[in-house]
Amino acid sequence: MNAAARPGPPLWLLAELTYRCPLHCVFCYNPVDFARHDQELSTDDWLRVLREAREQGSVQCGFSGGEPMLRDDLEVLVAEAHRLGYYTNLLTSGVGLDETRIADLKAAGLDHIQLSFQDSTREVNDFLSHTRTFDLKEKVAARIKAHSYPMVMNVVIHRLNIDHIDRIIGMADALGAEYLELANSQYYSWAQVNRDHLLPTREQIERAEAVTARWRKQLDGRMRIFFVVPDYHETRPKRCMNGWGNVFLTITPDGTALPCHTARMLPGLDFPNVRDMSVHDIWYESEGFNHYRGTGWMKEPCASCDEKEKDLGGCRCQAYMLTRDPAAADPVCAKSPQHHLITDAVARAEERGGIREHPLVFRGPAESRRLTEESSD
Amino acid sequence: MSTGAASDTRPAIGRGFRLQWEAAQDCHVLLYPEGMVKLNQSAGEILKRCDGERDVAAIVADLETSFGASGLEKDVLAFLDMARQQKWVQW
Repeated sequence: MNAAARPGPPLWLLAELTYRCPLHCVFCYNPVDFARHDQELSTDDWLRVLREAREQGSVQCGFSGGEPMLRDDLEVLVAEAHRLGYYTNLLTSGVGLDETRIADLKAAGLDHIQLSFQDSTREVNDFLSHTRTFDLKEKVAARIKAHSYPMVMNVVIHRLNIDHIDRIIGMADALGAEYLELANSQYYSWAQVNRDHLLPTREQIERAEAVTARWRKQLDGRMRIFFVVPDYHETRPKRCMNGWGNVFLTITPDGTALPCHTARMLPGLDFPNVRDMSVHDIWYESEGFNHYRGTGWMKEPCASCDEKEKDLGGCRCQAYMLTRDPAAADPVCAKSPQHHLITDAVARAEERGGIREHPLVFRGPAESRRLTEESSD
Repeated sequence: MSTGAASDTRPAIGRGFRLQWEAAQDCHVLLYPEGMVKLNQSAGEILKRCDGERDVAAIVADLETSFGASGLEKDVLAFLDMARQQKWVQW
């Protein structure tokens, strides 16, 4: 990489504090083999990472997981992040966010809480997360408001809940969310395992977009809705993570540094660990972060494409998962010779009541070990 | 319907937003849940004076003194109306 192409700072630090989670969501983006990576960083390791990343210009810090509330040092980490000048975000299922901890986090300087819901109804929420958490999430939402945090509600959207979108938006508004993320499922990790259950039809998406547009008018700016479109129904790939090693720095529970939370799956890359390398060297010097930066790594059809600077070839993980070649064009692109892999999956989704190869797989340590063994056979 | 900014309006940074100087980016930024706006110099200079105490007349006077300029009120009012729509400021 030449000096002219020196990347900007890692503005976004995502601290995945743990892969442990009380929920078992069928679309979880934690790696399918998460049960293998159970050596969590210590409090001191995390405090050092926070300082080093801030020195390199990180300004948004997300505390995520798994369920970050399972770390009993969360308040210590938030306090240090706040002192260092980060805008601090907690991404939680709400489980464990009781009255004491939410007050302590406020005192520590936590700026914002993103609360996940799986659906607008108790039945579907509890089914999709394989837990009885709907009532608890409603209580936590009220608690977040009572402590005057800004609240982002995040709902992963897919075939099994997309037709409830009117009620989902109504619920978010009634609970007082300032922002609602309707994040259409992206097909990685557990969502990829369950893709044929989760991929909606084009008609479902169009209906959901129309409902969202109607609500936006009606809300008159009271709540902002982000509708993240599902890339399987597009013909050009997304600019994944806004560019490889361009803005985002993810630190996984065991200290592995990644350009996105699923990049660990890519073969032939040696991703550094914060136990061995400074954040500066990870971001600017490591092979893992430099490998897919910019456009120099591309092959055809990307290399000669006049849109290559715009989408940067799409997502490396999606290219690898579907074509087994991490340097291929993202098959979402209609110019990809493997675009049929996407259109075939969408066509299967259109066949109502189509046959699924297996039942829904709920995220959990036992399933993680089973799927890890199967893939290494 | 609320009215636009006027010379006696006392704007403050919007709830949930935070304004700070970022040396690594050499500019003021506005931070909010999971997002960031990079501000150009004039936006940064206006917003850092929005403390909820001073009114627009005082902010304009301070800007005009600091930068040896005059006739800034119209631009400041237009910026504040836009910023309020984005919820960057409130009054």
